[in-house]
Amino acid sequence: MASPIDRILEGREILQRRPWPRAVVGAHLWRFVANELARGRLGLLGLWGEPSTVHMAIMDEATSEIATVSLDCPDHSYASIGRHHPPALRLERAAHDLFGLTAEGAPDTRPWLDHNCWGVRFPLGDRINALSEVPRYRFLPVEGDGLHQIAVGPVHAGIIEPGHFRFTANGETVVRLEERLGYTHKGIEGLMIGANLERAAQLAGRVSGDSTVAYAYAFSKAAEAALGLVVPDRAVWLRALLAELERLANHLGDIGAICNDASFTLMHALCGVLRESILRASNSAFGHRLMRDIIVPGGVTRDLSDAGTEIIQATLDNIRLRFPALVELYDNTASLQDRTVDTGVLKPALAKQYAVGGYIGRASGRSFDARRTLAYPPYDKLRFEVPVLNEGDVNARVWIRVREVEQSLSLIDQILDRLPEGPSGTHAGHRGEAREGMAIVEGFRGDVLVWLRLRDGLIERCHLRDPSWFQWPLLEAVVEDNIVADFPLCNKSFNCSYSGHDL
Amino acid sequence: MRKLLFESLFRRPFTEAAPSADDAAVSELANAVGRAARRRLGRSLSIREVDAGSCNGCELEIHALNNAYYDVERFGLRFVASPRHADVLMVTGPVTKNMRDALERTYHATPNPKWIVAIGDCARDGGCFAGSYAVVGGVSEVIPVDLHIAGCPPTPTAMLRGLLALLERADTSAVTP
Repeated sequence: MASPIDRILEGREILQRRPWPRAVVGAHLWRFVANELARGRLGLLGLWGEPSTVHMAIMDEATSEIATVSLDCPDHSYASIGRHHPPALRLERAAHDLFGLTAEGAPDTRPWLDHNCWGVRFPLGDRINALSEVPRYRFLPVEGDGLHQIAVGPVHAGIIEPGHFRFTANGETVVRLEERLGYTHKGIEGLMIGANLERAAQLAGRVSGDSTVAYAYAFSKAAEAALGLVVPDRAVWLRALLAELERLANHLGDIGAICNDASFTLMHALCGVLRESILRASNSAFGHRLMRDIIVPGGVTRDLSDAGTEIIQATLDNIRLRFPALVELYDNTASLQDRTVDTGVLKPALAKQYAVGGYIGRASGRSFDARRTLAYPPYDKLRFEVPVLNEGDVNARVWIRVREVEQSLSLIDQILDRLPEGPSGTHAGHRGEAREGMAIVEGFRGDVLVWLRLRDGLIERCHLRDPSWFQWPLLEAVVEDNIVADFPLCNKSFNCSYSGHDL
Repeated sequence: MRKLLFESLFRRPFTEAAPSADDAAVSELANAVGRAARRRLGRSLSIREVDAGSCNGCELEIHALNNAYYDVERFGLRFVASPRHADVLMVTGPVTKNMRDALERTYHATPNPKWIVAIGDCARDGGCFAGSYAVVGGVSEVIPVDLHIAGCPPTPTAMLRGLLALLERADTSAVTP
């Protein structure tokens, strides 16, 4: 059976293939894609707008082929994908708020990022003045005996990002959670327009601070794909080193933080120490605790010295010594397991429908890991396992992260062992004509997608899609039928990015 | 677990010596805190953190303040869950237009006397997000700021130095009611 992507691209002019094909399709094929998404043959990677075009990145779930389809919409409307395939809903609402593109037939037309505070509507499309009077945001209606609502946020009780959660509960049991996001919308894609590569890379590295390496990595790869730039080997390997250090730091911090949400502070304290050790090693080796602004188009701005290598190695040795005792502690504490096992279960079918990435997908039977599935260098030359579980509960997500810590430790060893000599960067060349590029990089949270078009060395359009877009809606699903007190556990085990999602 | 707890009895603590108070912060605070006599707080400040639109980088480092190395609670500084319990609002991010209202309301929910500490380069003037249709700018465009701590994000040590300066200032300018 031919891949649906072959059918879509057949006989069509491929506009750019850097590295994946993009083709303009008509309304008929657009609907065909919607159907294939709904049937589960394709997974949705992203949907984003331009002033009179809507783009959709898709992946064949069987062969992992990737393509982008674009639909011209001169009248600013297109047939809704979300109507057939719910994962597209929020993306369509966002495309409407930013570009004024209407998804015809969409079941949910409420604004998403636009809270009517910008003083303007459709800021990236044909701008019009903001509405003087807007109806209140309507949360989905709930009916039934004995229900009450709990409104939380945007300012939360902990040191976390802002967002609003509307719980409807029956006693202690959550009947429905509805999220309202967009509070941290900074207009990053607007700021990108007209930016040079240096500024754009800086902005990309500030989409989600915890994934600053992953974003700089994905952005740089997309820009290099567009420019046809070949990055020196040493830089390719150093980038993977940075990415694995970031993954380690986040996983270690979050494993502790999840336990902390079950009031098991010992794990939190001990994991926090290990996380801090990674940040300090990163600072010594690369000059920044979060390794911000190190990856840039063309390579990396800082090379690794012998002293840096030694510090990283010593830090890893220490983690190897200490971490197993913490894993054992997690595994042997029944009161902690009581909170995490069977809590916040994400069913594999739902994980597949949303093509959800990261530890959330891998704890629910979806094995996608961009490092393995797309095998971008240097991961094609490294040995590692992609842990997968099917239980889908908080416990499974913790275990995936535990296993990924172990894998990252091994990956860093291999990288340090085999790090090629040579220059750590090359100059980004200059090209006048419009050039497009796309990249997908596995951040700690999941796959970060960046698509961009350059013209005269400046960004004409750049879209950055955080893995959280497909994770946030699933958090609503998994919380159902759990008690309110278990929400923090479910939430932390997902650890979606607000800033990465809100842009 | 017993083994781990036992070990920590004999191991030297991770916690490091306190850094000295930041000189620049001390002089910025000389104006801010000196304006009015403050009620004695007994060298203890409760902090409410507000993310007004940050990329979450600053939040990561604020979290680090609570880890065993920096152990911010030993100075009497603790993070609280509600602005109504807070003496200090620690605000991060360029203030987004979507968060402006929430930030103002949090400010008004914080009882007097209160101090506002703006964390990070974005909180000073919007940083690299300044000029966006969706961004107001620095924190001081919305609420009065007593102390800025620079960095992208500031290191936990830089934040600790700033907070210690605040603590000293709050202490010396305090009068017994």
